[in-house]
Amino acid sequence: MTENPISSLQWRGAGGPPETLVLTRASVLDPRAGVNGVHDVVVRDGRVAELAAPGSADPVEGEVIDAEGKAVFPAFVDPHVHLRTPGDEDEEDIETGTRSAAAGGYCCVLAMANTEPPVDTAADVRSLRERAAQDASVPTGFLATVTRGMKGEELTEMAELRDAGAIGFSDDGLPISNARVLRRALQYQSLVGANFALHEEDHGLSRPAGPHQPHLGGVMHEGVVSAALGLAGIPSIAESSMIARDAALAAYEDARIHVQHLSARESVAAVTAAKDAGVRLTCEVTPHHLTLTDDEVHSLDSRFKMNPPLRSEDDRQALIEGLRSGVIDCIATDHAPHAPEEKEVPFEEAAMGVIGLETAMAVLHTELVLPGVIDLGIVVERMSAGAAPFDLVPPSVAPGSEANLVLFDPEAAWEAGAEGWESRSANSCFAGLALRGRVLATIVAGRVAYRQRSFAMGVAG
Amino acid sequence: MRHLLTIADLERADVDRIMKRAEGFAEVGRRDIKKVPTLRGRTIVNLFYESSTRTSSSFELAAKRLSADVVSVKAVGSSVDKGESLKDTIATLSAYGPEAIVIRSPHAGAAGLVARWSEAAVVNAGDGKHEHPSQALLDVYTLLRRLDSLEGKRVWIVGDVLHSRVARSNVLAFRMMGAEVTVCGPPTLIPRGIAAALGCEVSFDLEGLAAADVVYALRMQRERMRETFVPSIREYAARYQIDSRRLGPRQLLMHPGPVNRGVELSPEVIDGPNSLITEQVESGLVVRMAILYELLAGSRPQPGGGRIEPADELPEPTPIKEPA
Repeated sequence: MTENPISSLQWRGAGGPPETLVLTRASVLDPRAGVNGVHDVVVRDGRVAELAAPGSADPVEGEVIDAEGKAVFPAFVDPHVHLRTPGDEDEEDIETGTRSAAAGGYCCVLAMANTEPPVDTAADVRSLRERAAQDASVPTGFLATVTRGMKGEELTEMAELRDAGAIGFSDDGLPISNARVLRRALQYQSLVGANFALHEEDHGLSRPAGPHQPHLGGVMHEGVVSAALGLAGIPSIAESSMIARDAALAAYEDARIHVQHLSARESVAAVTAAKDAGVRLTCEVTPHHLTLTDDEVHSLDSRFKMNPPLRSEDDRQALIEGLRSGVIDCIATDHAPHAPEEKEVPFEEAAMGVIGLETAMAVLHTELVLPGVIDLGIVVERMSAGAAPFDLVPPSVAPGSEANLVLFDPEAAWEAGAEGWESRSANSCFAGLALRGRVLATIVAGRVAYRQRSFAMGVAG
Repeated sequence: MRHLLTIADLERADVDRIMKRAEGFAEVGRRDIKKVPTLRGRTIVNLFYESSTRTSSSFELAAKRLSADVVSVKAVGSSVDKGESLKDTIATLSAYGPEAIVIRSPHAGAAGLVARWSEAAVVNAGDGKHEHPSQALLDVYTLLRRLDSLEGKRVWIVGDVLHSRVARSNVLAFRMMGAEVTVCGPPTLIPRGIAAALGCEVSFDLEGLAAADVVYALRMQRERMRETFVPSIREYAARYQIDSRRLGPRQLLMHPGPVNRGVELSPEVIDGPNSLITEQVESGLVVRMAILYELLAGSRPQPGGGRIEPADELPEPTPIKEPA
């Protein structure tokens, strides 16, 4: 599979001249490149020119950023965001969504196709890419749907969509319930090449009132909390059984699949089994599934409603272990903006989904890295590993690499949402949380795509 | 107490206080003029998003017996029908400055949202399949009139536990009063994890029913068949119906109503000597009077902040002798 640079995707910074930057005395960490030490990072002509000895870089040229006590990582890649364009621009658009991404340290996001209407024609893909070239703060890739109108019946014209620039295919938001349809799509993959991102949910299990009343679908994890609250549950097996089915289909057709937002212990087991059997499968997990459980739903606060739902502590532990061991390849936010009126309603009626781009790294740093649950290096690696399943070169700090970097202050203390959001929506399940660690700047292909407001940059030369 | 949202929020002392007040109001009900001026000048809004006969009528009558002004809003034929959100409806009704809002909603947590969005005391008259605390309190009251205490008593709750807010509130309330509770029904209608969630026993058959002091049957809705929870009402009735063969002579029988005759209960036990079903309706009125009293007269905001807490002694309700 050919790998494309992050900067091959559309963004508005592409036209500007690359800057020359020196980040002095930065703690540089990039496990993939085998880098872990204090360096002066020199960025020139859009690339990492040099990892120089601390204090040794020539300060005469370009901008000098004092990064002592700060960290430099490969910038993050989110393979799963919702930019709500076209159709729901009151919730998010390409400009606000990618600004939110840049503020979270992301150098690249991949947008899902379940817009209104769904992205299922070549014209849709072309127009989104044109918009991104005008409006996007970071390179943005667009997936197209697997089936027309996301109805799960007929395949889209995937070869044409691919030629128009679709980076992958997904009916995210909905599963492809009919195994025959998914099988045909996977057969077709050998023609189009691109990966398929699958939302794994057996509606027969997640909509407990059955086909007569699909609106009475499950609204939270099926378990002790749903029993106490009298809420319809989404059992873990609704996810894991579909993963097992789709892994079997992928194996049979020798296709590759990317499983979205794992939430349950059973799902980690299904992925492990598939990988052990040699299935070409990658998968992702969200920061909220790694840090929160269904205990939060006791409050009946709709900020904790998303699909897949927050599950039990045991599930959370399995996800952490899966992330640590590498069974789970990457972290994705499933950034899903919603308007206030879709959330200021009783829990059962509320829309599913939470925003997450601006808090992802800080939440993982605060909740998992600082307490010693997961090594910082693993989090840093998984935060950009979502590039590979979609044939993008993962960001790297190694000299010669495209300069996609994030400057992170591990000491900064802030409160999620206290200063508002770059996103147009505010439906964060972490709002109000005291966080440690903050993105100070995001550098994309050698250009500063984001600077944190309170972070003053000294300019020399 | 500021609101009555769930049994889970209550302390034993709250329940004891409401029981004592309800006894006082029972006495009022035996008078010629069944009305006291306690809540004169207060406004109570009854907001019902689901059809209800006994709960809505009993809250309405309870408010009137306390001399409050009552506005009853039903979802059908109101602006709710026209797509108005709950938040906007509450904002509109709040313009009347109600002291209390009684709400029935098909959605869990609706009463809690109303409590957040309005200044009024909020009574949850049933929120989805979550809780129905006034029902649980009236059931405790009904039992206490027969049994003196629920300490160590065994209560079986039989039927569609999965879809029942009554089951959830009653398990919590009965346990708070010292009873041991078993929930019983077809495995498809007993939610996974309920034993851990509520601290009750679970049984899938009626074999151990003889040990129960109280048998509490739940309403079985016919649409559950179509949703494949049970193969047929006939098979359900054969396995789980409480009839004179299964109900022992010293066992008390309860049901929240309305009853499906011949489904969860056989006709002879409904009208039999063990049945407390009519008494439950009577209790509903005095317990709901006690709830409204507790929220509106018992404790009220004090000018300048804070709240006046209720006196331990129940003031003697004074009957109105002459129309003013």
